Amino acid sequence: MNATLERLSPLWFTLGMFLVWEAACRLLKIDPFILPAPSQIAGAIAQYWRPLMRHSFVTLWTTVAGFALAVAFGVILGLIVGWSRTIYRGLYPVMIGFNSIPKVAVVPILVIWFGIGEVPAILTAFLISFFPVVVNVATGLATMEPELEDVLRALGARKMDIMLKVGIPRTQPYLFASLKVAITLAFVGAVVSETIAANAGLGFLMAQAGSNFQMPLVFAGLMMLAVEGIAMYAVFALVDKRMTRWAFRSSLSAAG
Amino acid sequence: MDEAQGVTGFVAIDGVTLAYRGASGPVTALSGASLKVARGEFAAVVGPSGCGKSTLMKLVTGLVRPNQGSVALEGRAVDGPVKMAGMAFQNPNLLPWRTVLDNVLLPLEIVEPHRRRFRAEKAKYRAMGEQLLSTVGLDGFGQRFPWELSGGMQQRASLCRALIHEPALLMLDEPFAALDAFTREELWCVLRDLWQKIGFTVILVTHDLREAAFLADTIHVMSARPGRIVASRTVDLPRPRELAVCYEPRFTALVHELRDKIAEVRQA
Repeated sequence: MNATLERLSPLWFTLGMFLVWEAACRLLKIDPFILPAPSQIAGAIAQYWRPLMRHSFVTLWTTVAGFALAVAFGVILGLIVGWSRTIYRGLYPVMIGFNSIPKVAVVPILVIWFGIGEVPAILTAFLISFFPVVVNVATGLATMEPELEDVLRALGARKMDIMLKVGIPRTQPYLFASLKVAITLAFVGAVVSETIAANAGLGFLMAQAGSNFQMPLVFAGLMMLAVEGIAMYAVFALVDKRMTRWAFRSSLSAAG
Repeated sequence: MDEAQGVTGFVAIDGVTLAYRGASGPVTALSGASLKVARGEFAAVVGPSGCGKSTLMKLVTGLVRPNQGSVALEGRAVDGPVKMAGMAFQNPNLLPWRTVLDNVLLPLEIVEPHRRRFRAEKAKYRAMGEQLLSTVGLDGFGQRFPWELSGGMQQRASLCRALIHEPALLMLDEPFAALDAFTREELWCVLRDLWQKIGFTVILVTHDLREAAFLADTIHVMSARPGRIVASRTVDLPRPRELAVCYEPRFTALVHELRDKIAEVRQA
């Protein structure tokens, strides 16, 4: 009984939140233009189901495309940075500087370069999400046990051998952990770009609905974003758990 | 050839000084250290902690180069990582994503000529690995993962990994320090049996004087940092040695003697 209660607790808490929200809207007579009640949002979702789906799909694919670019680029850069201390030291300040630029400031530039549409959204998603991948992959390589490296070097192993046999496999849990963070960031990037300059996607839909004062539709867009974000996070949390079981079973630095 | 080695030693460290950059300025780890180990000999190096014992291991395997002096293996100067040494440390350092057997076989994927044949003759190598695992009492654990094994068993597997490619030289850096007393004595016997059966040369770095006295032919005592060998003592206990030898008066006398010597160098 207690176990079931615990397992279902996310459901109860979510339902509870919506109930409190609904009750507050009704009892305090909150203007739906300020904060629509969940029932009104549900109505908007039902009414605008088709456009919501279409725009959700655009956001989904731009996010995934940007994320895929970020993973490919991030893994390669992470391996390079983790390979050599010189490159690590040289590139790190540049990357920190790049990462600290709010990506929303880059969107206008991307629009000038590529025009309004899906390309800026994909690139914003890419730019915002590659950093954690690079850092995690490089950390995975950099934290290799020096003694293990000695064991292999005393066998005449080349740097490439050490990378292939130890470095890259031990980086896997770091990589998969970073994917969970990166997908969420890519999503943020795509929606930010859509809000500023796009002609499709949930960000665009919400901006349009907002300027038409359709608050229930704005909130319907938010709901879609939440559902999409949770779904993508869940996929990569599952992938993470499946791919690197050994990392959960053993601590990498356990002595004896 | 063998006679020449009798003179120069299988491992010959001659007047080696080594300094490295520490967190706060240069650290002189070794200063004028000399050490000779004959082929097939079991040598132990003991000393106060932080005396550069581990640095000595890196020197012999060519992982670091001395600032002064020379290091030679089989009469040839060591000028880069040597290709045929097995190493084991206090931490077994097994790869958690590989099975125990695949961990043991790792050196064969790196060392020539096995490296070239590894894929083609995998079955033969696996049999070799299983065979070695069974000599250290790990029958049937080949397909397990390292985290499923106790610390002592992991250390046995680590020893197998150090020996699978039949190295002429085995370097051990406090391999049993993290184990409980009973497991440690068990593993002393495992190492003793492997050494007597295969006949490789061993340099064992340890701070356990009983371990050194039980296993070694020769015990070298290092001074406090900067380290050098201040005394060498031949252990004349007859072989094969049983654990009971540890309770004989001459064993105890030997351990006391070593202990006094280390107390002396710590004072200095």
